Amino acid sequence: MNTKIENKLTPVRIIAFVFVALWLIVAMFPFIWTLWGSFKVQADFFSKADWANAIFGFHTEKQTGNFFTIDGYYGSWIEEEFWRAVINTSIVVFFTVLISLTFGTLGGYALARSTYRYAFWILMAGLIFRAMPHMTLVSGYLQPFFAWNVWGILPTTIIVLVAINQPFTLWMLHSFFLNIPKDLDESAMCDGCNRFQAFRYVIIPIMWPGVITTGLFSFLLAYNDFTVTSMLLSDENETMIPAIASFLGTVQEEGKVMYAVAAVVSATAPLFFLVMFFQRQIVSGLTAGAVKG
Amino acid sequence: MKHSTFLLFILPSLSVMFLFIAIPIVSVFIQSLHIEHKQVIIVSENCDPFGCETTTSVDTEASAKLKEKAPLGKFNGFKTYSNRMHFAFDEIGEAWNSSDSFIVFVKKIYNFPLYRALSFTLTYTFVVTPFVLFLGFLVALGVNNLPKLLKGPTIFASLLPMIVTPLVGSLILFWMVDGDGVIGATLQKLFNDNSLSLKASPVLTWVMLMVYGIWHLMPFSFIVFYAGLQTVPHETIEAATIDGASKFQRTRHVVIPHLMPLAIFITLILLMDNFRVFEPIISFRAEAHATSISWLIWNHLRESAYPLYNAAGATSMITIFCVGILLLPVLIRTWRDFNEKNKG
Repeated sequence: MNTKIENKLTPVRIIAFVFVALWLIVAMFPFIWTLWGSFKVQADFFSKADWANAIFGFHTEKQTGNFFTIDGYYGSWIEEEFWRAVINTSIVVFFTVLISLTFGTLGGYALARSTYRYAFWILMAGLIFRAMPHMTLVSGYLQPFFAWNVWGILPTTIIVLVAINQPFTLWMLHSFFLNIPKDLDESAMCDGCNRFQAFRYVIIPIMWPGVITTGLFSFLLAYNDFTVTSMLLSDENETMIPAIASFLGTVQEEGKVMYAVAAVVSATAPLFFLVMFFQRQIVSGLTAGAVKG
Repeated sequence: MKHSTFLLFILPSLSVMFLFIAIPIVSVFIQSLHIEHKQVIIVSENCDPFGCETTTSVDTEASAKLKEKAPLGKFNGFKTYSNRMHFAFDEIGEAWNSSDSFIVFVKKIYNFPLYRALSFTLTYTFVVTPFVLFLGFLVALGVNNLPKLLKGPTIFASLLPMIVTPLVGSLILFWMVDGDGVIGATLQKLFNDNSLSLKASPVLTWVMLMVYGIWHLMPFSFIVFYAGLQTVPHETIEAATIDGASKFQRTRHVVIPHLMPLAIFITLILLMDNFRVFEPIISFRAEAHATSISWLIWNHLRESAYPLYNAAGATSMITIFCVGILLLPVLIRTWRDFNEKNKG
């Protein structure tokens, strides 16, 4: 009987349908439009006369002989050497995720198992650190980094991103470890393990779901960062996002906006697949802190 | 857990946070109290039979020595905070005396960079946050009513605007609202005005940035609310239905109170994230009409050949102070909860 009520079309449900459909268009259209347009020439993608040009590629066919072109991608990846930025991003993201998860699991586990008051204070400090706008921190880094001559290289950026990431990682893994029953590692300790062995043989084998979810968010932070990477990396060590930003200035004047469009699509594509494969984990991660309070 | 084991476990995490978050905050504060050394100038007088001539030149050696002796620069106290770039106390006093009406006075204040940035950042934060909460809740209700088959793809599509890099996401929108882009050109045709440009007008720039902010953060509140909706107790809803509550009444009196703690959590996260708004201003190239505090710091560090560390430091300290005020209610609440838990 219940299902019958749920499948009935009431006016409220129709309004809900329409509203969700509208939101989906607003959410998706910009991506589809830009993805499609990135295979066209500028005269089509920025067509004042008729937006249909961007769909059918009127000018693209005139200029290149086909309604479909990869000139933008060739220009950005090869001519402007966007591939360098892609490699740099991979290095930065890989090591940031690896190090933040290592530090985060150790710290989060300790915070979840400690009953002392200072554990609470560390979590509170984490919350305050999480709220610091990254730009304020960056303005504190520059002078010492110049003085020690470590500005502009990838390891510096990686360790800074790890630090900025730490408060969030700690909070998330802390609440994840709280859900693993205490008895599990405590019984191991009764059997003669010390704390490290209990962690190694009991906790590590079962912690992967939480670690993967947290890792996704560390990945996103490192991948999406513009503030830190644009201020702390020299030109040759640039990652994708600051590379796109510096593209804009030069490329716009030369009438090569399509290079930037292609680079933007290239930078979005991995995120698209990430959401596709890890949708469940992302949703559970977003709600983990919230639903449990 | 023993103190020593706890310390060993937390040490790596704590030390990176200490080194790269706590110390930089202190160093920013020290930076803000100092000012760059002036170049040491030598004035020399050259006399020859035709008369004397004074020449000035920079004594690089002495300048370098000065810098080595005090690398932070000259101590300046809180003068950086009160100068034209920041609180501009003197200038405001002057503006107050010379303006004949309050509106003129406000307009004059708006010309100082810090007040300009603050007014945009605060407006952005307090407009985007409620919109995101409200619209996210509506979409969550809507999706909850969808047949099961459609829910997965809907969530997938909804996540994209949030997951995508802010700089890239705002660029995508920027190209669309460009005068030659699809939305920009359509609007021009619609209003039959070829010079209509969302970028040229200050008001439209603000609106555009806020629309981007809502688009970017709505998925977050939607997902959290949607997860919350799954935990609404069935019995209460049924009881309310039997008592004759309409759908609207059920939402108003059962669902919304149940979701209140979530709304507080979302508000907190949104306030923190919105307050650091920065990337869209770069992407939209909106700095002529809208600047945020983070953008201001970035500009201090980038604008001239020498980064203005003292100005960046002072602006950063003011930002941290504002964040502190924003967080204060939450911190007090958590502190109370914690104490109550320990008592009980």
